[in-house]
Amino acid sequence: MAKNGSVDRRDFLKSAAVTGAALVGGAAGVGAQTAPPAPAAASPASAPVAPRETDPSLEADIVTTDRPGGDFMVDVLKSLNIEYVAANPGSSFRGIHESIINYGGNTAPEFITCCHEESSVAMAHAYSKVEGKPMAVLVHGTVGLQHASMAMYNAYCDRVPIVVMAGNTLDATMRRPGVEWAHSVQDAAAMVRDFTKWDDLPWSLPHFAESTVRAYKIAMTPPMMPVLLVLDGGLQEDPVSEEVKGRLRIPKLTLTSPPQGDAGAVAEAARLLVSAQNPVIIADRLSRTPAGMTHLLELAELLQAPVIDQGGRMNFPTQHALNLSNGGRALLGNADVILGLELTDFWGTVDSFRDSLVRSSRPLTKPGTKLISITATDLFMKSNYQDFQRYPEVDIAMAADAEATLPSLIEAVKRAMTADRKTALEARGKKLAEQHSNALDRSRSDAAVAWDASPVSTARLTAELYNVIRNEDWSLVSASGNTSNWEKRLWKFDKHYQWIGGSGGAGVGYGAPAAVGGALANKKHGRISVAIQGDGDFMYAPGVWWTAAHHKIPLLAVMHNNRAYHQEVMHVQRMGNRHNRGVTRAHIGTTLEDPFINYAQVVKGMGVYSEGPISNPNELGPALKRALDVVKKGEPALVDVVTQPR
Amino acid sequence: MMKKYLMLASGLFVLAAAGPFAAGASQQAAPAPQQQNAQNANVPQGNAANGRKLFVSFGCYQCHGYEAQGGSAGPRLAPRPIPYAQLMKYVRHPTNEMPPFTEKVVKDSELTDIYAFLRAQPAAPDVDKIPLLK
Repeated sequence: MAKNGSVDRRDFLKSAAVTGAALVGGAAGVGAQTAPPAPAAASPASAPVAPRETDPSLEADIVTTDRPGGDFMVDVLKSLNIEYVAANPGSSFRGIHESIINYGGNTAPEFITCCHEESSVAMAHAYSKVEGKPMAVLVHGTVGLQHASMAMYNAYCDRVPIVVMAGNTLDATMRRPGVEWAHSVQDAAAMVRDFTKWDDLPWSLPHFAESTVRAYKIAMTPPMMPVLLVLDGGLQEDPVSEEVKGRLRIPKLTLTSPPQGDAGAVAEAARLLVSAQNPVIIADRLSRTPAGMTHLLELAELLQAPVIDQGGRMNFPTQHALNLSNGGRALLGNADVILGLELTDFWGTVDSFRDSLVRSSRPLTKPGTKLISITATDLFMKSNYQDFQRYPEVDIAMAADAEATLPSLIEAVKRAMTADRKTALEARGKKLAEQHSNALDRSRSDAAVAWDASPVSTARLTAELYNVIRNEDWSLVSASGNTSNWEKRLWKFDKHYQWIGGSGGAGVGYGAPAAVGGALANKKHGRISVAIQGDGDFMYAPGVWWTAAHHKIPLLAVMHNNRAYHQEVMHVQRMGNRHNRGVTRAHIGTTLEDPFINYAQVVKGMGVYSEGPISNPNELGPALKRALDVVKKGEPALVDVVTQPR
Repeated sequence: MMKKYLMLASGLFVLAAAGPFAAGASQQAAPAPQQQNAQNANVPQGNAANGRKLFVSFGCYQCHGYEAQGGSAGPRLAPRPIPYAQLMKYVRHPTNEMPPFTEKVVKDSELTDIYAFLRAQPAAPDVDKIPLLK
């Protein structure tokens, strides 16, 4: 029994069962003293019969506890400096929910109310990439985890740490009849185990503490990924017994040092890079932290080598003279050494693939080009889901974290550098700077084509948005609508938080919640978060805009409203032409028209400032300025723009 | 889930744009005006207004934009389109990501109208006179 007349439900029920067994046994002619020592030793016929848990005589006077297990769980989350827990409320985690908002004071972690579990996870996904540490998510172990699963897959593919906690009621005899049975599961984690890095089902509060710290550590070790803890309802709600109280402690967290590349492989890579005539550096999910961009800048400038930033993270300043991200194919064709840093798809980077009736592929590189790969993905890979792409035939493969390996590679390059090479590299750098400058000029002149068109061109859309934020401390937290990469071609990105990459798994519906989650992370830094929102993506779970309004999360979003799942329009069109039946019916099942959706009205109904739909490009700039004024007051705003398809 | 595949494939649209008709919005090798006039000396007259309608109804705008300005899914086609003969050949037998449009789907006369639309597209405004692009 606990103090203050409160009681541990398990202990209480255990003792009640013994008492009941004695009573029932006595009634049957078998005394308590002569009862079998353990149920396991008894034959079914002679096993003691437990009382019904609903017997009011056994529950009458013990109705409260002031120290439930959920309080300790909150202590553990606080020790990990978890700032937010996103959740759509669910009874299977009502215990820890109540502990967060009352015992924990609803600060660090603060409960973020979401309208869909997919939104909760995608918010945590983007938050983590801005803030560099995990956010937590609470879901029902069954229906909530099912909703959350696609977003978890995105985070898994994007190598992003999230601590997901799923409520569950393990003891079947303790479940409320009806819904709680439907919301209980033997192995909750099974559903998402293929795309989580680790999971556990803590059996006690000390177990919870150890597993939560372990989960955090595993999630934060490259390659980073989501982890899952299944929280028993009784463990959250029941009082902490005296016996358990004596064993409660929170283990020390020591994050694993990211794995670095083998010294020999690093030296060989440096030798190849220094001696190469036309080396190319390609980065995708390189920059886990701002240091990644700093290191890549140093390496590129040392080598005077062009950089192609594939955009998995903010790897390289867009307007740096060595940024030739838009000149990819020509660069690859001339390259003699290619360094790939955390590439999602090395094969797809150096090969082209034609999606025609007969699918075919061909290398983009010339024979003999040396390929060097540094990626932590080689250290941890699962088999069922196929996000690992085609097998790349590289010459040096370092199973290591690229960001952590770059400092030693830079030192090795310095050691391998000669005065002659340095002179040659300077000449190369001048040519590359000219190419970069020409590409920038070309981007500007291309953007001018269809400048005054209606629907609004994506070049105009991005230029107008940049015009209102360029003098602010801005962060583009999401770009779910395909804008033909105009923001990277026209905007000056030079800070790590200004770009956080995409969804990872290309699961549509990431964009809107990621924008809100990224903006949540930026809020305390006072940054202006902006998003280019795809209309199809928005419609998956638009309720996240209520979350933004409710929690006063400043975010300026422009709706790239091309009134279609445009990618799919093109695919159906492709099929129609391939099958010689034309494209005139390709809109069926792919477009968002008849009726058009008024996104400004949709979010207005959730308390969000909005304007639009805007079709006249000359009205866009003033509307964005008005929306920015709202955002600067700490609230979200959305401007709906009817746009060209891409 | 098919949608995930399709989204991945969207990257291929971008990566694979490298042919004469799929060279990326910024890399189209359009001929100079004088050369273009010579190459188009025997081009049949088309109806530009009808061509604009066909450009939409045949879904050309899906990849190339309503004004044929191009984007990540297809290159810029106007102003200053590639020569008529080259366009006719490529539409029937594309060598990159563009799907083939056979005569059964688009008649030669309709392509001629579309070409007239492309030729009629006005030149882009001077970039130096657009403050947002400076």
